[in-house]
Amino acid sequence: MKRVAVIGAGMSRFGELWNMSFRDIVISAGLEALEDANLEGREIEAMYVGNMSAGRFIAQEHVSALIADYSGLASINIPAIRVEAGDASGGVALKEAYIAVASGIHDIVIAAGVEKVTDVGSSSEIMDSSIDKEWEAFNGATLAGLFAMMARLHMHEYGSSEEDLARISVKNHRNAVNNPKAQFRREITVESVLNSPYVAEPLKVLDSAPISDGAAVLILASEDVARKYTDTPVFLDAVVQSSDYLALQNRRDILEMRAVKTATRKALKLAGCSLDDVGVFELHDSFTVTEMLLYENVGIAERGRGHEAIRDGVVEIGGGKPVNPSGGLKACGHAVGATGIRQAVEIVYQLRGDAGKRQVDAEIGMAVNIGGTGATAVASVFRR
Amino acid sequence: MLPRFWRKIKYRYNLVGTKCENCGSIYYPPRNICPECRRKSRMVEVELGEKGRVVTYTVIHDVPESSKLMKPYVVGIVELDSGARVTAQIVEDPERVRIGSRVRAVFRKYGEEGEDGIIYYGTKFVLDE
Ligand SMILES: [Zn+2]
Repeated sequence: MKRVAVIGAGMSRFGELWNMSFRDIVISAGLEALEDANLEGREIEAMYVGNMSAGRFIAQEHVSALIADYSGLASINIPAIRVEAGDASGGVALKEAYIAVASGIHDIVIAAGVEKVTDVGSSSEIMDSSIDKEWEAFNGATLAGLFAMMARLHMHEYGSSEEDLARISVKNHRNAVNNPKAQFRREITVESVLNSPYVAEPLKVLDSAPISDGAAVLILASEDVARKYTDTPVFLDAVVQSSDYLALQNRRDILEMRAVKTATRKALKLAGCSLDDVGVFELHDSFTVTEMLLYENVGIAERGRGHEAIRDGVVEIGGGKPVNPSGGLKACGHAVGATGIRQAVEIVYQLRGDAGKRQVDAEIGMAVNIGGTGATAVASVFRR
Repeated sequence: MLPRFWRKIKYRYNLVGTKCENCGSIYYPPRNICPECRRKSRMVEVELGEKGRVVTYTVIHDVPESSKLMKPYVVGIVELDSGARVTAQIVEDPERVRIGSRVRAVFRKYGEEGEDGIIYYGTKFVLDE
């Protein structure tokens, strides 16, 4: 296996990009990444694109070829592969790109993620297609509803509160103020979260990440090739994907995300470090409770004590385990298929020291991207 | 739009799941293969019973278009006394539902495809007091 490095990173703005098409969005991210890597384009050997639901969001399939074409790579006839795993599509695209380079099959590849959600379709109903349509959604569950059930159970068993969840949203909004690509660059208060309407009790509108347009791109290269382009590569030391039962009802322990536990522990092992060595995290916060459950399942907090991590400030930028300095899905925007790559781009910026006012001092960073209620999890570990 | 649901209609109308005769695990919805035993599994149909308790629940306010007439509604995960778990609506005043509430299954309408379209039925739960 070859060691894999990141030599370029880029992303579009996230949000309601009314004046940009699907192809405009992905090209803007791709060009930024090529510029960052100082590549002309023809060095690229393959492309992996995370995309959850272009067929329903923009009524376009075959987006792998479309993106290769509009990024000017069809003329060099490279393989372009679309990857789908719900809102973990970006994370899985990163894993596929990682394997392609680590295996020695390719030297330089693109890992991308893109979603355009504001053109057609009802975004929340499309998001519900990442849960079990026949046995959860048919019976009235929604993605938000299932996370709400987890939140209710956690509150019942461990005494967490709606205020605790609101604090997670407040933290991520505060962090996003310093992220120029974020959708919401404004602070909010615990009161405003608590006063926003319920989506599914106890989760409210401001506990929920917006479904956004956006794209993010990383360029990966084998270590020897990377040295030709940069003196300070960030290494991608592990990307591990795991699965779990699709329907929440089939997991014996509703608060245990076994895919997350498996992926994070294997990734740390492969990267040869422990959780204590990780200085910055980007964790999937499709809802505030998702982030809280990830504190516990990743291992930042003990089981049943996720809410203490936010109460005690451990997960703030100035805390011991900063989570989502970018603003997370909540404030950056959740451009579904792009999210896993967007998280990775943030970790790369952090480890290179390019994160500006949201900079954290860290040698090692971890990103965790999940699909649906956690039936897919992807954990990646980066080191500078 | 949802014709595939009719293949499993028997299981949707009656709480029938599958039991693995190799390890004793019970599953709902029914499965062809036991996730514990895989190729060694021997699945047989089993009645799951009507009664159980609420493991957790929520009140859905942001409802799918197809369910807007029911807004808001309660949906939860119910653990039947046989051990199987079901995600289903609980047709009660949200104020009366609690984690641990005893419930029993009833046959109810879930939705319909337009005014002249197919009507979907399935299992819901009511409080069993
Ligand atoms: Zn078995």
